[in-house]
Amino acid sequence: MSSLSKAFSSSIGKKVIMGITGLFLISFLLVHCFLNAFVFFNDNGLMFNIGAHFMATNWFIRAMEFVLMGGLLLHIVQGARLTFQNNAARPVKYAVANGQANSKWYSRSMGLLGTLLLIFLIVHLGNFWVVSRFTGIPTHDANGHEDLYAVMKKTFENVWLVALYALSMISLGYHLLHGFSSAFQTMGWNHKKYTPLIKCIGLWFSILIPLLFAIMPIAMYFNCIK
Amino acid sequence: MSTLNSNIPAGELTNKWTKYKSSVPLVNPANKRNLEVIVVGSGLAGASAAATLAEMGYKVKCFCFQDSPRRAHSIAAQGGINAAKNYQNDGDSTYRLFYDTIKGGDYRAREANVHRLAEVSSNIIDQCVAQGVPLAREYGGLLDNRSFGGTQVQRTFYAAGQTGQQLLLGAYSALERQVGMGKVEMFTRHEMLEVVKVDGKARGIIARNLITGELERHFGHAVVLATGGYGNVFYLSTNAMGSNVTAAWKANKQGAFFANPCYTQIHPTCIPVSGDHQSKLTLMSESLRNDGRIWVPKKKDDNRRAVDIPEEERDYYLERRYPAFGNLVPRDVASRAAKERCDAGYGVGASKKAVYLDFTFNTERYGKIEANKNNIQNPDHATIMRLGKEVVKEKYGNLFDMYKQITGEDPYETPMRIYPAVHYTMGGLWVDYNLMTTVPGLYCLGEANFSDHGANRLGASALMQGLADGYFVLPYTIGDYLSKELATKALPLDHPAFVEAENKVKETLDTLINVKGTKSVDYFHKKLGLIMWDNCGMARNEAGLKASIAAIQQLKKDFWSDVLVPGTTDELNTELEKALRVADFIELGELMCIDALNRNESCGGHFREEYQTEEGEALRDDEKYAYVAAWENKGDGEFTLHKEELKFENIKIAQRSYK
Amino acid sequence: MSTGNMNLTLKIWRQKNTKSKGELVDYKVANISPDMSFLEMFDVLNEQLITKGDQPIVFDHDCREGICGMCSMFINGRPHGPKNGITTCQLHMRSFKDGDTITVEPWRAQAFPVIKDLTVDRSAFDRVISAGGFISVNTGNAQDANNLPIPKANADAAFEAAACIGCGACVATCKNASAMLFVSAKVSQLALLPQGQPERYKRVQNMVAQMDAEGFGNCTNTGACEAECPKGISLENIARMNRDYLSAKFVSQEEA
Ligand SMILES: Cc1cc2nc3c(=O)[nH]c(=O)nc-3n(C[C@H](O)[C@H](O)[C@H](O)COP(=O)(O)OP(=O)(O)OC[C@H]3O[C@@H](n4cnc5c(N)ncnc54)[C@H](O)[C@@H]3O)c2cc1C
Ligand code: SF4
Ligand code: FES
Repeated sequence: MSSLSKAFSSSIGKKVIMGITGLFLISFLLVHCFLNAFVFFNDNGLMFNIGAHFMATNWFIRAMEFVLMGGLLLHIVQGARLTFQNNAARPVKYAVANGQANSKWYSRSMGLLGTLLLIFLIVHLGNFWVVSRFTGIPTHDANGHEDLYAVMKKTFENVWLVALYALSMISLGYHLLHGFSSAFQTMGWNHKKYTPLIKCIGLWFSILIPLLFAIMPIAMYFNCIK
Repeated sequence: MSTLNSNIPAGELTNKWTKYKSSVPLVNPANKRNLEVIVVGSGLAGASAAATLAEMGYKVKCFCFQDSPRRAHSIAAQGGINAAKNYQNDGDSTYRLFYDTIKGGDYRAREANVHRLAEVSSNIIDQCVAQGVPLAREYGGLLDNRSFGGTQVQRTFYAAGQTGQQLLLGAYSALERQVGMGKVEMFTRHEMLEVVKVDGKARGIIARNLITGELERHFGHAVVLATGGYGNVFYLSTNAMGSNVTAAWKANKQGAFFANPCYTQIHPTCIPVSGDHQSKLTLMSESLRNDGRIWVPKKKDDNRRAVDIPEEERDYYLERRYPAFGNLVPRDVASRAAKERCDAGYGVGASKKAVYLDFTFNTERYGKIEANKNNIQNPDHATIMRLGKEVVKEKYGNLFDMYKQITGEDPYETPMRIYPAVHYTMGGLWVDYNLMTTVPGLYCLGEANFSDHGANRLGASALMQGLADGYFVLPYTIGDYLSKELATKALPLDHPAFVEAENKVKETLDTLINVKGTKSVDYFHKKLGLIMWDNCGMARNEAGLKASIAAIQQLKKDFWSDVLVPGTTDELNTELEKALRVADFIELGELMCIDALNRNESCGGHFREEYQTEEGEALRDDEKYAYVAAWENKGDGEFTLHKEELKFENIKIAQRSYK
Repeated sequence: MSTGNMNLTLKIWRQKNTKSKGELVDYKVANISPDMSFLEMFDVLNEQLITKGDQPIVFDHDCREGICGMCSMFINGRPHGPKNGITTCQLHMRSFKDGDTITVEPWRAQAFPVIKDLTVDRSAFDRVISAGGFISVNTGNAQDANNLPIPKANADAAFEAAACIGCGACVATCKNASAMLFVSAKVSQLALLPQGQPERYKRVQNMVAQMDAEGFGNCTNTGACEAECPKGISLENIARMNRDYLSAKFVSQEEA
């Protein structure tokens, strides 16, 4: 065991933790986005609430929620540690640094983007997760399911929150744009034939998923979804 | 004058080394642990020796002035390394490599040493490949070869244009492995400034820690110098900025004779000087002569662009003068031919001190071969050239890029402009068959010794020699000496010999700092370089040499009275480092001229204008000068000549012909 | 032809020794020729300083042809200056314009302490190599070189990785001061060759452990190293090293 724990505390090990948790969170995003997209049925949230109900009651999903929270926490803590360590690896900074000549700004700003996402996440969890798990969803829909959709409608009447959500999705997009393919590189899954494909999927993933997420609050705010 | 004993073992030439190896006294492993060897230098010769000695069990200390042993100037060698493997089945053999080397050296090298070199050449390739050196390969997975000047077989192994780098990194990794195991103690950013002698034997060195300026005393049962060549005496050369003669020169002052100092190799294919600011010259590997054709316009002062000069108005002067070897004549011959054309007014470029090295012909040839391979029927000229360019790029890409970087011209489009430049020094500390200098316990390897190349070195033979010395020769021959030193205890560092040597160094340092003159070190170095290049360079004559001896003596006086070295001795002081080196170069320069003046013949890289054939070829005088000139330093600019007669028992000595 | 007509302002980091605090100092140089190399321009400046009785600027350099890896200047925010694929010593003044202001700083990393002015201590690289960047074969142990055919593609890839000159530009430019490109180049070179197999997994573990002990940062795959590497060492090497490291740690039973 000591040898394994040493492996995880090495520079590559730490990155692998970021990579694995990152990929896991990516898979979560996919599920989350898929379920949320039920709002587009325009059925006053009936389908959406069915999905939400399933997620809230299925034991496997509930169990995975702990894993998710664990993964998220690990990703955050490890990310913060990496950022601090990496900062310390260059105690004296350059007077002139021309990073844009050799790398993308978002690749260099994963810590910042991550922090923005963390702030968003706290708000987001407060808005929905705390409500559905702890304080309770006040109303029920026509099917008798807890009406999470109504909570959503209510939340997105606040223009500031809508703006925060939309902007945060831009952060998410850039975070993913680097993170998606970076995770593969970290795991050593680099291949002349497949790496371009991974990059391409990564690009579309980081555009589409955040875009879908961002459209929801906006559409609700403008009453395009009923 | 006395004669020197080179300690060549008796017997048949082909058996000498084998017999020697099986009869040389051995040191048992327990004793090796108590024997300390100092290796100064971490180039191919030094790194390979230090690693091998440590593997054998000796305690080794290794020194270099760069920040890492991996940066020794061997790293810059481009073209390749010779070995008599006969992988190409073109009739190569140990004897042929031996013969080519003696002949290439214009019959001024020692037969026994050169034969040993040829014998171990194969082992070098084996060793390097085992270390993971990625030498170039063919599609079948076997090693590839290219041809080099002065030979008619393909025996040169290479790694693109970075052979020296790859070989050095191999030796460096072997060295670092021993450092990791605690068997070699590595001292980087250290410069050796004195040899410490006790009872006539070398027992240690004084080295300066270049970061703190501290002088350090280091003991060794034997001291090995592998400190490279002294081409920088010319100021401009293809050597690195730090390459110097200091270690060898200090040894010379301590009684190690300096042999054939005037044998300098001027490499024919270098990028020409572009202005006064020039700090060094860049080589374009000899391998380019494989695929490039050298020419100048047939008309004097032809100012047309190269591409505008039609084929029939070009003079491929090497092919014209030397039909058998053409562009692949040895370096000394190619260099002189270029100088001759430029002096006669046929030079090209703004300075008119350059000739063309043109790849069009072979690009086209390669293009046709590629088109054939790829089943392209009747390809047009553009396609052929495109395909050919790809081949050329794969072979020489990095050299072409380097050329473009420096000159701003694209050699794929227009021929390269090249001119000869100082590149290698065949002279160096005199060593016997054991690679020991005339100071017992002081050894010298690699370019720093004089041993194997006579008056001219063939391309790709220096890497071979450095690694032969370090991996396969010294580790055996040093046993002969060390087996008699088992009773010698490590000297305490407060031994009077150490104290005295250190004081002497300290005095020199203080003197230099305290001159507080008006001119920088570079000023004197440039002046020296000019004197040397004009009078002791590609062509020499009596009057010029005499005048330059006087000029150098004056320069020496000026240096010691007017040099300006800022800063102090107890800090990182690059000007002080340079000053120490230039002080030694000035003294060496004088000796080079003395040696060149003494040698009333032309041979290899030493061309005395008074001694040439009617066609302008070098004219040797084997009656009078078939010897190694080894100079003893008597101090105050006095030198005594000692001769080692060269006996050619296995090769018929003849006028060198490449026609 | 020897002098040109470029006039430049230089802001150069001066620092007396490792312990002292440094600062950027302004200098002016005149009549610079576009044919000069960047280091030759520094020679001109130093000559100017020396004859004025000032201390010249100390910088590392040796071969001046892009192969020894000694030169190491961070020029206008980029290691080895504005052009790709070359070292500082290969940079020529024709890459600048008359009137330019050029800022020159040393490599900056915890693991590369400044020794003086623009000179830093890169011995950490040597220690990483001595931790495992070799094949354990003593002199004299080798078989005939052609007994071991190596597919050309592998030999070429190994060569490309082996082309690293150990300059440290990758560390200097990386926002994390990570040495992954350098270390992975050596790991890859040896992992690609049959000779390197026996020690493959031990090597990668030991080299990575040493790299971490030296205080380099953690790789976050920004790709800056690859973009700035004068020898074009590829990020694929880092992926290969990660792969080997993971196999070594989680699959192989061998302890480092
Ligand atoms: C540009 C160029 C290209 C070449 N191409 C080829 C080629 O293709 N094929 C070929 O065979 N040969 C070639 N050569 C020649 C060959 O590279 C050298 O002759 C050979 O590498 C010298 O090796 P060395 O070990 O003797 O010395 P070097 O590699 O020069 O090493 C000298 C060592 O001594 C150290 N040192 C020096 N003085 C001191 C001191 N006072 N104190 C402490 N340390 C000191 C240095 O730090 C260094 O480590 C080329 C040479 C040049 C310049
Ligand atoms: S990987 Fe590139 S940048 Fe890094 S040390 Fe090697 S050559 Fe320099
Ligand atoms: S000085 Fe050698 S690489 Fe620049």
